[in-house]
Amino acid sequence: MSENQTDHANQPVLEVRDLVTQFSSERGTVNAVRGVSFDLYRGRTLGVVGESGSGKSVLSRSVMGLMPGNATRTGSVRFEGSEVLNASPKVMRSYWGQKMSMVFQDPMTALNPVLRIERQITESLHEHIDMSKAQAKDTALALLTSVGIPEPARRMRQYPHEMSGGMRQRIMIAIALACGPRMLFADEPTTALDVTVQAQILDLLQSMQRDREMSMILVTHDLGVVAGRADDIAVMYAGRIVEKAPAERLFAGMRHPYTQALMRSIPKLEMPSHTRLDAIAGRPPDLVNLPEGCSFAPRCPNAQEKCLVDDPALTADDDHADHVFACHFPVNEVVVAAPGIRVDGQPPRIAHDPSLGGSA
Amino acid sequence: MTLSTATEAAVAPAVPEDADEVAPKKRLPIGAWLSIAWLVLVVFLALFADLLPLHDPNVSVASKAELAPGEEGLWLGADGSSRDMLSRTIYGGRNSLGIAVGAVTIGFVIGGLLGLFSGYFRNWIGKSLAALFDILLAIPALVLALSLVSVLKGDPVQAPDAFRLPTILILILALGVVSIPLLARITRGNTMAWAQREFVTAARAQGATNGRILFREILPNVLPAMAYIALLGVAIAVVAEGGLAILGASLDPPAATWGIMINDGKSAMEDAPFIMFTPIVATFLTVMALNYLGDLIRDRFDVRESAL
Amino acid sequence: MRLIAQRLIQLVVVFVVVTLFTAGLISLVPGKPENLVIPFDNTPGQTLRQEFRESNNLDDPLPVRWAKWAGDFVQGDLGNFYSASGGTPVRTRFDQSWPVSVSLILYTQVLSLLVAIPLALWAAYRSGRWTDKIINTFAFGAISLPSFAVALLLTYYLGVQMGWVPTQGYVRLTEDPGEHFRHVIVPVLALSLGQIAVYMRLLRSDLVATLQEDFILMAKSKGISNGRVLWRHALRPSSLTLLTVTGLSMGNLIGGTLVIEFLLGIPGLGVLIGETVLRRQYEALQSLVAVVAIAFVLINFTVDALYSVLDPRIRERTT
Repeated sequence: MSENQTDHANQPVLEVRDLVTQFSSERGTVNAVRGVSFDLYRGRTLGVVGESGSGKSVLSRSVMGLMPGNATRTGSVRFEGSEVLNASPKVMRSYWGQKMSMVFQDPMTALNPVLRIERQITESLHEHIDMSKAQAKDTALALLTSVGIPEPARRMRQYPHEMSGGMRQRIMIAIALACGPRMLFADEPTTALDVTVQAQILDLLQSMQRDREMSMILVTHDLGVVAGRADDIAVMYAGRIVEKAPAERLFAGMRHPYTQALMRSIPKLEMPSHTRLDAIAGRPPDLVNLPEGCSFAPRCPNAQEKCLVDDPALTADDDHADHVFACHFPVNEVVVAAPGIRVDGQPPRIAHDPSLGGSA
Repeated sequence: MTLSTATEAAVAPAVPEDADEVAPKKRLPIGAWLSIAWLVLVVFLALFADLLPLHDPNVSVASKAELAPGEEGLWLGADGSSRDMLSRTIYGGRNSLGIAVGAVTIGFVIGGLLGLFSGYFRNWIGKSLAALFDILLAIPALVLALSLVSVLKGDPVQAPDAFRLPTILILILALGVVSIPLLARITRGNTMAWAQREFVTAARAQGATNGRILFREILPNVLPAMAYIALLGVAIAVVAEGGLAILGASLDPPAATWGIMINDGKSAMEDAPFIMFTPIVATFLTVMALNYLGDLIRDRFDVRESAL
Repeated sequence: MRLIAQRLIQLVVVFVVVTLFTAGLISLVPGKPENLVIPFDNTPGQTLRQEFRESNNLDDPLPVRWAKWAGDFVQGDLGNFYSASGGTPVRTRFDQSWPVSVSLILYTQVLSLLVAIPLALWAAYRSGRWTDKIINTFAFGAISLPSFAVALLLTYYLGVQMGWVPTQGYVRLTEDPGEHFRHVIVPVLALSLGQIAVYMRLLRSDLVATLQEDFILMAKSKGISNGRVLWRHALRPSSLTLLTVTGLSMGNLIGGTLVIEFLLGIPGLGVLIGETVLRRQYEALQSLVAVVAIAFVLINFTVDALYSVLDPRIRERTT
């Protein structure tokens, strides 16, 4: 990260070191997150990108501590300087909702179907901030207005099923923002939505984040979503970060073959919102029995003998210290179009540098 | 797939290439073996009671009533009429189980067939049958069973010469008839679930007759569910017979069932509680074994409970 | 409005089918009621029997008798107990006995739900761990123990051994509240034990499924307490099956109450029905069965209506 940040940003909001998350299952231990480290500064957005099963969603939950009973985590997660990885449930509850909160993927299932919107918003206000009923109601109304809900007073009395998907996602954002958290996890916040609404929701998240100077982790399978919205991008594969760089740097020259493949698989407007990323041949590896060597090797067009036995470590690019990747045989690709591809815009065109691309 | 199931999400892509790989067969838990052992014992004793060196269950053998267990070579003591409790428990089990199994068989053959038809033929006949099952379920089962027993027993005082079924058959019939609407309803639910599956459509497209589809395609799939219900049904029928016995509507004296023995034992509760405890324990263990095995089958075959 | 009309039609259909079924069943009885009531098989006896048949319309064909009976029934006349001297109205006995049974059933349902719901929440919350396993094992045992057996065991231990509760009889709440509750302890506990286990297991399995839902994780992510997540967010969406079964179990409870009342000498509706059957008072039986069936149907209509209170999504569909 760049050293000359403003004063209050010198201390990262979030410092994650060697985070490992495992689940015990009937088939054996699932290695969902395998040694992930990153820093996140105030007001900045980290985009975490990967296929389903890459561990990106588990990563955000592991950082936040929202884990099922069969999970174990090791490593270190420091939030505003305090270690929270093995904090007691009681301590974690004082963070959740108040200091860090999460926007979930599917607003159809993540809102309680039997509770009115008002209750779902004011609940955390009552829990964390000593508020009278009237105050909580006013706050909720203001929140709904700020996330762009028309007729907020009427909506407050409604149930989730009476609203559209985009509307519900706005409600979910309002709930997440209710207590003014400093850290927002957005876990595939637009995947379940209509393409036409996706950009609106992403814009809303972005403007909320800027207004409130929050830090945000934006998890997505779609590089197009984070382009132009994230300051830094981490690409995950099989529970690891395989490439990380400031967004412009990454789009200017991605080094990992997996990132390259992801780039090619950016969904186009005409595709339905849940289209699988079939552009990458093969499947992600079994997280119970991980292959020796680089976990992407079986699918990698550039894989060689070495890749199958030796797992590459994250190393910095020769010219750019803040661009790291884990690959023995990195590619060199240049994006011709300027970064800033948006979901509502066109996917970037990628040009191969004939001297370096293809089979090395 | 929703993301809340973080574990599943992490495991999901890890499906092995050969998805046909058979899941490792789980060994039967110890409870299953205990249940099977108990039921085998009870059934064995019931079947071969006549061949075993037992006292006549309906004749006084002890020197006094309410003889304590272990005395005079009577392991379980003697009841209020000095009869051998061990022998009565075994013969009582034979009657209780015989009535229960008989009743469930009747319920299954009639209720199962009706349910199968009404679940498969979704026309007005099927629908009226379904409505009829629902309506008959509004009569409390025990009240109906009691009325049936009373009706079928007729009036032995006023009409001693009238034709009369043996009491054990009356009980089987009464409990069997009561179970018909319930079993029909359950079978119907399961049949409807299977009748919508692709392979049934495929069979129909190939010109299979309704009868063939019902008995060759649907019935084999509905059977595991029915096995679960059957075990449960026997358990419920054993308890129901006990209820009838307390109402005085079970077998005629001096015959024994566990229910009759419990009812007999209650009057001696203060001085000789063992007379009441023995049949209660026998009923409890049998019902528990049946429930346990039933649950096991249900979990194995993933029976739709919503059909209940 | 349409819903109410539909319900009314359903109720009428149930009434007609159930009572015609009972009437048909009764017509199969080989014994004649007059022989039971008037046991003298001499000439004056024969005359009395003929009078009895006439006064009770026993010679009319079944549909006519049914129509007469139904006409009386809808006016609240439950008919008479047959007897040589004209007969006593069923209504009198019925009015005395139904409050007894209804209070037993009400206590049982309330107690069962009060115990089963927290147990289910606890077991679901600790799903797969020791607490869950212990609760489940006990529930399994409780399901396998018939209510009459529980009643006898409780009578023996609490009544005979400890002397804490009476072993027989019943006292009305209005007569002596203290004695009333002392008398209902055994029957209500006996009826509740299996009921608690059934409710607990049902609710637990629905809760375990609900706890996997996204909205539960969402609720947790707000930082609210586990208790609040369970009671506020998980319980209501999980309770629809429980509600259904609470309604349906009324039939079983009526049967259970019948046996328990007999066993403990409680003068309730169960004893009345039992006596009516055993003494071949078939007209009375028909009335009582009709009342019970109507009550059962009405309870389940109420359950249907409660669905929409619990789940607003259903509210929208029905209105």
